[in-house]
Amino acid sequence: MEIKRIATAGTLESSDIQITIAPGNNGLQIELQSDVIKQFGAQIKQTIIDVLTNYGVQNAQIKAVDKGALDLVIKARAIAAVQRALEISEEPRWEVL
Amino acid sequence: MSDSATRLRRTMMFVPGNNPAMIKDAGIYGADSVMFDLEDGVSLAEKDAARYLVYEALTNIDYGDTELVVRINGADTPFYDNDIKAMVKAGVDVIRLPKVESAEMIQDLEVKVAAAEKEFDKPAGSINLMAAIESAQGVLSAAEIAKASKRMIGIALSAEDYTTDMKTHRYSDGAELFFARNMILHAARAAKIAAFDTVFTNMDDPEGFYRETKLIHQLGFDGKSLVNPRQVEMVNKVYEPTKKEILNAQNVIAAIAQAQKKGSGVISMDGQMVDRPVALRAQRVMMLAKAAHLVDEEGNYLGE
Repeated sequence: MEIKRIATAGTLESSDIQITIAPGNNGLQIELQSDVIKQFGAQIKQTIIDVLTNYGVQNAQIKAVDKGALDLVIKARAIAAVQRALEISEEPRWEVL
Repeated sequence: MSDSATRLRRTMMFVPGNNPAMIKDAGIYGADSVMFDLEDGVSLAEKDAARYLVYEALTNIDYGDTELVVRINGADTPFYDNDIKAMVKAGVDVIRLPKVESAEMIQDLEVKVAAAEKEFDKPAGSINLMAAIESAQGVLSAAEIAKASKRMIGIALSAEDYTTDMKTHRYSDGAELFFARNMILHAARAAKIAAFDTVFTNMDDPEGFYRETKLIHQLGFDGKSLVNPRQVEMVNKVYEPTKKEILNAQNVIAAIAQAQKKGSGVISMDGQMVDRPVALRAQRVMMLAKAAHLVDEEGNYLGE
């Protein structure tokens, strides 16, 4: 699936993560900011990659600003962002949830 | 899942559906029910994001015995169908429909919930429903709304929209809500479902909160919708049975047990007959006493 537009989901409030997805042409490239990047950076990135992979996205530039989000929050924000970026928010892919 | 007949519903705490911090902590305040809000508490641009956040919370966070309710967007919005599907797939306990004015609105919801249960392999009939009454028409139709579906577990008054519809606003004595409260309560009792009172939003007026909670407790409401975790304890305090009520309930329950042992159909206590309403009231007192930790599991008084 090709990213159609730049889309963001999530906020910069505590316990949240803001994820922005833009078109790319070199795989899934993630730029992550997080206070816990040393302990959880790899895990946060993997959660985002898993969601994008489930949506069949192979190329995208992703920027994520983490404010201490739980894994389930990262997943929820990634789902919202990718559906917006693919312009399928009105017809979500239920099997991916 | 909820056991509708015996479940306590003193407190239903509202949690905005797009707030990860509040969603994460929603279970720790001891509310009997938590209501995740996808409707008025979420801006139009974030409806989809809130839906997936609540979905992930419901499927990943252990909220213990708390009854989990989601207020979806109404049928007149583009979010209605997807809200229903996501919440059914998440296996929420109760879907709450806002601004209900007729039995048909609940029946329409029921058809869609049943279809979603089938689509996502959920047990048929596993998702319960409740209605919020927010208009004059809703109040006048409360009786048919309460009986609109076997899935209905409760109806709630939502006073902000209602008082606007009535061309008034909320006053501290609540006189403007008297008719609506009684209509909703009677509709709920006739349908044997729960009745929830409206929210009280002024956190700087604890006296007003207690006055309102005592009033709805006296009328017979199951409980109240809440906007702040601090209100949970305040409502529970009002619903706490007195020592006298508990001791009396213990005697009633002992008398029933003794009569059953003797095989006697007629139950008497202190020379007076114990009939069904007395027995039911005693059971409810003991349930409230247990929830308030005033008695132990066997029903022995622990207070003082």
